[in-house]
Amino acid sequence: MAGLTEVGRSRIRAEGRAKVTGAAVYTDDAPAPPGLLHGATVRSQVPRGRITGITFGEGIPWDEFVIVSAKDVPGVNRVAMIVEDQPFLAEDRVNHPEEAILLLAHEDRILLEKARAAVKVAIEAEPAVFTIEQSLAAETVVWGQDNVFKTIRIAKGDAGDAWATAAHVIEGTYGTGAQEQLYIEPHAVVARTTAEEGVTVWGSLQCPYYVHKALKHLFHEPDDRVRVIQMETGGGFGGKEDYPSLISGHAALLSMKAGGRPVKILYDREEDMAATTKRHPSKTRVKTAFDAEGRMLALEMEFLLDGGAYVTLSPVVLSRGAIHAAGPYRWPVVDLTAKALATNCPPHGAFRGFGAPQSLFAIERHLDVAAARMGMDPVELRRKNLLRIGDVMATGQVVKEAVDLPGIMDRALEALDYHGRRAAHAAHNASGDPVKKGVGFAVFMHGCGFTGGGEAYLASVAGVEGTAEGKVRVLAASTEIGQGTNTMFSQVVAEALRIPADLVEVQQPDTKLVPNSGPTVASRTCMVVGKLVQDAAIGLKQAVVQSGLLKEPYTAADFQAAVAAFVEARGSLKAYSQYSTPPHIVWSDETYRGDAYGTYAWACYAADVAVDTRTCEVAVNDFVALQEVGRVINPTLAAGQIEGGVAQGIGWALWEKVEWREGRMANAQMTNYIMATSADLPRLRVLFEENPNPLGPSGAKGIGELPMDGPAPAILNAIQQALGTDAPTEIPLTPELLLDTLEAPHA
Amino acid sequence: MPEKLALSLEVNGEARTVHAWPMARLLDVIREDLGLRGTKEGCGEGECGACSVFLNGRLVNSCLVPAVQAQGAMLQTIEGVAKGEALDPVQQAFLQHGGAQCGICTPGMVMAAVDLLQRCPEPSEADVRDGLAGNLCRCTGYVKIVDSVMAAAQSVSR
Repeated sequence: MAGLTEVGRSRIRAEGRAKVTGAAVYTDDAPAPPGLLHGATVRSQVPRGRITGITFGEGIPWDEFVIVSAKDVPGVNRVAMIVEDQPFLAEDRVNHPEEAILLLAHEDRILLEKARAAVKVAIEAEPAVFTIEQSLAAETVVWGQDNVFKTIRIAKGDAGDAWATAAHVIEGTYGTGAQEQLYIEPHAVVARTTAEEGVTVWGSLQCPYYVHKALKHLFHEPDDRVRVIQMETGGGFGGKEDYPSLISGHAALLSMKAGGRPVKILYDREEDMAATTKRHPSKTRVKTAFDAEGRMLALEMEFLLDGGAYVTLSPVVLSRGAIHAAGPYRWPVVDLTAKALATNCPPHGAFRGFGAPQSLFAIERHLDVAAARMGMDPVELRRKNLLRIGDVMATGQVVKEAVDLPGIMDRALEALDYHGRRAAHAAHNASGDPVKKGVGFAVFMHGCGFTGGGEAYLASVAGVEGTAEGKVRVLAASTEIGQGTNTMFSQVVAEALRIPADLVEVQQPDTKLVPNSGPTVASRTCMVVGKLVQDAAIGLKQAVVQSGLLKEPYTAADFQAAVAAFVEARGSLKAYSQYSTPPHIVWSDETYRGDAYGTYAWACYAADVAVDTRTCEVAVNDFVALQEVGRVINPTLAAGQIEGGVAQGIGWALWEKVEWREGRMANAQMTNYIMATSADLPRLRVLFEENPNPLGPSGAKGIGELPMDGPAPAILNAIQQALGTDAPTEIPLTPELLLDTLEAPHA
Repeated sequence: MPEKLALSLEVNGEARTVHAWPMARLLDVIREDLGLRGTKEGCGEGECGACSVFLNGRLVNSCLVPAVQAQGAMLQTIEGVAKGEALDPVQQAFLQHGGAQCGICTPGMVMAAVDLLQRCPEPSEADVRDGLAGNLCRCTGYVKIVDSVMAAAQSVSR
C-alpha cells in the first residue's frame, strides 16, 4: 500500500453525518429510561456564611420528593482533585454564591422547579473577599492561613547590577477578566446507583476518569463498581473538565436515595453560567530592564490569579501561566512569583489555554508598551530577543528544536501586510477621521501536553483492538468534544498501519471498555495520546504478523482478512501502549527547573482594527493566525480549531465581560453576556507551518489551546497603535472601559 | 384548570396529533411529545438559535413559540431536511467543509442556512454572515460555516 497517506488529508469528520442530520445522541437526547427522575440543586444565595437552618415551604408534596443533603454521602464528601477542600454538598457553611446545599428529585420537572424555590436556607453571612487585591491583603482570611492556594517561584540568572545600569527600566500592570466557556450544550448527566451494579453515569464531559475517580471517593466504591460513559458532547473548552465530577456525584446521590431509579440533571443556561467554572481573572505586574539597543536584560513579574472559593485546578492553571509568563524570549534574568488566591466566587477552572493566555497577554502587551516608551519598533524589539535554538527558557529548558521565530513573525506580518497597512493607517489617522485604525501582533508559544512531570504522573494508557470484521477499534478515554478526536485517531492509526481510515473505528469512551488515556485537556490528545494509539496500532500489527496470518507488504484487504482471522481463532486481539517520559525530558517540581514541556507550538498572530472614537467600539477587520504545529494531521479540522480559538480570544479581548455582584455572575444569560456572532468577526486567516516533532504521531504537536493566547495582546497592541496611547492594559476592553481609559487623566 | 390541547400538525410531511399544554414551548413538544431530538436547546431565550425550525415555512426559535401557535401548522425540523439517505446540499456542504464541530449548534445552523438560501440563493459572504447572525457557534469562529453555506449555494445554483 505504498503511497497511501491518511495524515495530511482533510478527511470528513467521523461522526459528521450524525451531527448534520440531528441524529447524534447528546445526553438529553437518549430515550428516557424507565422510572426517570429529574434532579435539581438548591444553592447558596450568599457568598460566605454559616448555615443555620433549612425550611421546606408550604404547598409542596414533600413526601413525593427525593431529598439529599451532605448527611447522605456514603463515602467522602469532597471532590477528589488536587486538594480535597470542595464538598459535593455544603455541610455547615458556604463559601461562594451558587454553592450546592441540597438536592431534590421528582418525575415532574415543573413541580421540581416550584419545590426548589420553596426551600429556604438560612445563612448567617460572614465577611467575604471578591477581588485579587482583597485576597492578597488578607485582612479577611477565607481560605487556609493567608488566602493563598499555591505559590510558584521561577528564578533564572543573577540580576547583578542589571537593574541599576539598564538603559531602560519599564513597568506595567495588566489585567484580564473572567470568561465563560459557553459551550452551546449546557451541563447534562444521567446517573443510576444500585446495590447490584454500583454507580453508572452517562454525561456531557471531557474526562471520564476524572469523574470515575470522584465517584469512587464519594461512594467509597472500588474501580469496577463505578462506570462512566461519555455521550456526544456539545463543546467543552475546559468547562467540562472538572465540573462534571460534581454534577455526576449529585445525580448519583439522588439515584442512590431514590432506590436506584435513574436521575437526570440538566442545567439551564442561567444555572450553567452562574454556578459553573470560568477562566481565572488575573492581575500581572511586569518590570523589565533593556539595554540601549533594546536587548532584554531582566524580567521581574508578579502573576496573580483569582481561584475562587476552592482549590480545584488552580495550582495547575497557575503553573502553566507561570511557565509561559516570560514569553518566547531569551531573558538572561527572570524573577517570577505567581500566586493563586482564594475569593468567595464560584471556583474558577479550566478554559482553553489554562493560565497561559493571562500571562502571555501581560508580557506581549507589555512589550508594545515598552517599545513605545523606548522609541523602538515593536517588530525590531522582538526580533532582537526571540528564542533561537540553543537558548535557555525561564525554567532552564534549552530550546533543542529548529524553531524560526523571527521567520514566523515576519511571515505572519507579511500575510497581514502589516508594514504597508501601518503606514496607510498612520496617514488615515492624521486625517482627522474619528475612526482610528491600527495593526498589532503578538508572538507566543504554547506547551504541548501536561506541564512538568504531569505526563509521567498520569502514565496514560491507550490501546487498539481488532474487530470480528477485521477492522481496528481505538480504545481511549480521550473524548470527542468537537475538536476532532475520532477523526484524528482514525487517520493516525490508518497511517501507522497503511490501511484506509474507513477500517478504523473509535470506541465511545466508557470506563468499562477503555483504558485511562488521561483527561481530554492540555493540547495532549493528538500529540500524547495519538502517539500512544499509533504505538499500540503498530503493536497490534506485529502480533498479527508474528501469528503468521499477515506478511509485509500487505494490502488493506490482506490486513482486514488477517485481523478477522486472528480474532476468529484467538477470541480477541488487543494491544496497548503506556506513556513513559523520553529520557531527554527532565523536570523537578521542587525547584521548577527543567523541561517544562516536551515541546511547544510556536505562533505569531496579527490583527487589523478600527476604533470608533465616538462610540469606543472596536472592530477587528482582519486577522492572521500563523503557527508552527509540527505536522498537521487534518488541515480542515486543524484550521477549525484555530479559527474557533481565535474567535474566543477576540471575545475575551473585547466583549465577554462577566459582571460580578458580590461573587455572583449577574449577567448569566446569552442576552447580556456577549459572544461573537458571524456578523462580528472577519474571515479569520489561518496559516500553518510544519516542522515534524518526534514526540507526536507523524510529527504532530498539540494545537487545542494555542489559538487562545494570541488574539487579546495582538488586538490591544493594534488599539495602542490606532489611538497613540499605551493606556489600554485591561481586558475585556469594552466600549465603557475604553471610554474610561481615554478619559482618565494619564491617558 | 387549564387543559391539554389536542395539537394536530404536519411534521416533516406527516400528520401528527399530540396532547400538550397550550403554552408549552414548541421546543418541548418537538423533543418530548414528537420525539424529535435533533432540535436542541442552548439558551431557552431565543439568543442562540439551536432550536431553529420552520413553522409554516418561517424560521422560528422554537423555544419562544407556544405550542398552541402550531395548531394546524406545517412544521419542519432538522430530521426533515435530508430526503431519506440523500443529504440536503447544505448538510453535504457542512460535512465537506468542516461546518460542524461539536455539532450542538449544527441542526439550527443548517435550518438557518436553508432559510437564507431560500431567500437569497446567491449570497455574498456578508449576506451569509448577516443571515446566520441569529445562530451562535462556540467552536468554529464561523469561517467553515460560512464556507459551507457559500459552497452549498454554488452547488445548488450549478
